[in-house]
Amino acid sequence: VTTAVHTSPAVPVSGARPRRQDGLPFEAALCGGVTAVLGAMGLALGLIGIFGEPRHLRIGWLLPLIGATFDLDPLGGLFISATGAVSIAVGIYAIGYAKREHWARFPMVMLPLFVVAMILVPAAGSVATFLLAWELMAAASLFLVLTEHRRDAVRSAGAFYAIMTQLGFAAILIALVVLAAAGGETFAGIAARAPGLTSGTRTTVFLLTLMGFGSKAGLLPLHAWLPRAHPEAPSPVSALMSAAMVNMGIYGIIRIDLQLLGPGPHWWGLTLMVFGAVSAIFGVLQASVATDLKQLLAYSTTENMGLVTLALGTAALLSSSGAPTVAAIAMTAALLLLLSHAAFKTLAFLCAGSVLAATGLRDLDKLGGLARRMPATTVMFGIGALGASGLPLGAAFAGEWLLFQSLIHAPHGANTVLALAMPLSVGAVALTSGIGILAMVKAFGVGFLARPRSAAAEAAREAPATMLAGMTLAAAACMVFAVAPVVFGPTLARVLAVLPTVGGSAEGLRLGSVLRLPGFDGSISPGVLAAALVIAVMLSLVVARWGTRHRPPAVVTPLWACGADGLSPRMQYTATSFAEPLQRVFDDILRPDTDVEVTHFAESRYLVEKVTYRTRTDDPVEQRFYIPVVRAVTTWAQWVRRAHNGSIHVYLSYGALGMLIVLLVAR
Amino acid sequence: MSALSVVAAALQVVGVLAGAPMVVGGMRQVRARLEGRAGGGIGQPWRDLRKQLRKQQITPAGTTLVFALAPAVVAGSTLLIAAIVPIIALGSPLDPVADLFGVVGLLFLGTVALTLAGLDTGTAFGGMGSSREITIAALVEPTILLAVFALSVPGHSANLAAIVSGTVRNPGQVLTPGSLLALVALIIVIIAEAGRLPVDNPTTHLELTMIHEAMVLEYAGPKLALVEWASAMRLTVMLALIANLFLPWGIAGAHPTVFEVLLGIVAVTVKVVVLASLLAAGEVFIAKLRLFRVPELLAGSFLLALLAVTASYFLAAAPS
Repeated sequence: VTTAVHTSPAVPVSGARPRRQDGLPFEAALCGGVTAVLGAMGLALGLIGIFGEPRHLRIGWLLPLIGATFDLDPLGGLFISATGAVSIAVGIYAIGYAKREHWARFPMVMLPLFVVAMILVPAAGSVATFLLAWELMAAASLFLVLTEHRRDAVRSAGAFYAIMTQLGFAAILIALVVLAAAGGETFAGIAARAPGLTSGTRTTVFLLTLMGFGSKAGLLPLHAWLPRAHPEAPSPVSALMSAAMVNMGIYGIIRIDLQLLGPGPHWWGLTLMVFGAVSAIFGVLQASVATDLKQLLAYSTTENMGLVTLALGTAALLSSSGAPTVAAIAMTAALLLLLSHAAFKTLAFLCAGSVLAATGLRDLDKLGGLARRMPATTVMFGIGALGASGLPLGAAFAGEWLLFQSLIHAPHGANTVLALAMPLSVGAVALTSGIGILAMVKAFGVGFLARPRSAAAEAAREAPATMLAGMTLAAAACMVFAVAPVVFGPTLARVLAVLPTVGGSAEGLRLGSVLRLPGFDGSISPGVLAAALVIAVMLSLVVARWGTRHRPPAVVTPLWACGADGLSPRMQYTATSFAEPLQRVFDDILRPDTDVEVTHFAESRYLVEKVTYRTRTDDPVEQRFYIPVVRAVTTWAQWVRRAHNGSIHVYLSYGALGMLIVLLVAR
Repeated sequence: MSALSVVAAALQVVGVLAGAPMVVGGMRQVRARLEGRAGGGIGQPWRDLRKQLRKQQITPAGTTLVFALAPAVVAGSTLLIAAIVPIIALGSPLDPVADLFGVVGLLFLGTVALTLAGLDTGTAFGGMGSSREITIAALVEPTILLAVFALSVPGHSANLAAIVSGTVRNPGQVLTPGSLLALVALIIVIIAEAGRLPVDNPTTHLELTMIHEAMVLEYAGPKLALVEWASAMRLTVMLALIANLFLPWGIAGAHPTVFEVLLGIVAVTVKVVVLASLLAAGEVFIAKLRLFRVPELLAGSFLLALLAVTASYFLAAAPS
């Protein structure tokens, strides 16, 4: 009986393309070096923004008529420094990666440009500057996604990404133009005039920005570009996109909706919570059934951004319900989750990149056995996966703990909305963290442990030194988040101070070696916990030495094969089979498409010649939501096409009519 | 924190180390008697451990450090939980280090370690056991977190000592709907997490129905001893924790006297023995659920826990 399992589109081996023998080593070093230096400068700039005086810079000639305005404040500084830190690790990694993967010169130019654009976005101090930087970021990332444009999958992902990012941009553009018309062009001016805005304007701006920024942050239902573009982009680019670019969506929500327009009504917070919770659960479910390593990580980005948005919504809701202290905890949770996500997702994508470079594979069903072949990468991915799973000793633990605490300490009896929203949110976060563990165990256990499931995985070799150096930096950042979130205490306190509408100053919230909450009984100490765990593991190893005297010398024996000999690697569980029980549990949500084909022998119907089993999990949101929308747009376009009959005379009259209308309106 | 609370915390660790195999032995004995067998006696698990610890160390071919270290991680995380949670006394020096969320996290760190070890072997059984175990864990963790949340809401704290001392001060809290629902949910998930009937059968020898046992199939000798010891300790710690969360009486305070510590030891021993016997007696009457019915059970307990949280929120809101 043969079983052919097709779970995801085949990923071509990267060595298959025609290419020069040894890339462009000098250009690669230059590109990576420049990116890392820009990252370091961004980190420094961000720290100046956080701890220094607010700075204002106006460059009149940069933009015609209005000029470019830059403001450096703690909130922007936080995002700039996060982007900078990610870029340092990615830049160093790119030195080895661009050489090994034979990048052309064009993506090597775009990579530093992308970093610059992402540093400019949070620094922008006016609507026009912001939009310019935003579009620069979108364009640079699009070109980078299209690096390997000779593959069909890349072109299709690029088209998807281009359309969705431009739709998002259009939403942001309209929202900011409405805002600028009502409140002025600079953010400072808008902030000053925000209390006087009509509720209609505020609602329009909130909904449009939520759509635009939400699509950049990968929130449902506008997340579909993420699981396409992240896997197809080169891995350093995926790391930058997933760890730095999606943050800009969150930045936009915080800056425009919570800081400039806030405090909003109750339903703003609730809306954010709902979008966040749905995105988190959906993202983690898709991640748990994904078999493409980078797609799994991309869905996990949707999950984490969902959690961040949920925390933001909680902060907004609590603050509008008169509980500023708890709101400050929720806000801290959101920022800490965002930063730790940047750390572990950078690491995870860089590791996935070194696996891809070494094997040409992203398909977990074909990987395995990398622990012996790529030990350093395996350890690094382990650190990243532990971080993503939200367990103690992982990077996301402190952030998730704070989020849970903010949900527990919400004031009772304030109102029914809170009493319903908080338990449901806890349910969503709890479900997300439980399934998230499964997704990460799958990625690490199936991808890196066990025995290789294909010849390519068998032939894997460890990544070169520069790539390992980039990963080591990101891993070190993960460890800092895991054992000493105290380091980020002063930074977060400065940022919270400029967010008066979501809790204001974090009075008493001390991220010391023991995290304590202001006015509440509750504390945790990740560092001491890690040390105690190490001691406890040592202790149990000592206990297990009891009886050593009596033991014969240790031996290595073959695996248990039920009495038969020779287990083949094909008998192992794969990523698909590993997640199958969970897929069965969430059948109604995931709607997997399963196809079993049994071929019988011609001689007898009772004998089976071969069984073909195919399963694929399509994104149900795309199936239900995108296809009808696309169909409607197509129908409409067909209808509009009737006006395009090819006659120049008719077109000229359209032009004349259009001019007349403009003149009438402008009069 | 006084010197005696440090002593009490150390006693908790030693007590769990020494007592856990006897708890399992006692449960087996209760079952054996109810089924009309003589049984191996309460000390049998200890004799098994001694035997296994003297056997040869065997490394299955192709396994990595993950496989070798997983039993120690499970045992270590369980010992750490035993040092943190209030079993004998409230004021453990490690109490501020981790609250109930931290403890749940540690518990799952152990589960994840064993799951990875099962995958590391690269056999069908290892993968099968791991896949089943982690699916159950993925459904158990949310329920535990929700139940924890329900218990934390009345006292405004997830700190274990605060929850337990809150219940000591205000015994009526146990009988609120929120608490009772949380208790039922917790019992179901602890049965699932400890791999007891009806979720998993710890004495099964048919690989296809196994969950935990399939995952640890490649372990032998001293490593198997550590795995079994650890799983007995997990069960014991969870029983002690559930006993003290809902029936905290007898537990020593944050600044205990010698007498209070002794009383605490006796109290928790009695509670764990009673709970374990009830659990064992219950197991006689039920059969193992089909694997794919287990998620239904867990979904039910998730719902109970969600109701518990909502109830505790609304009811906490009403009188204040």
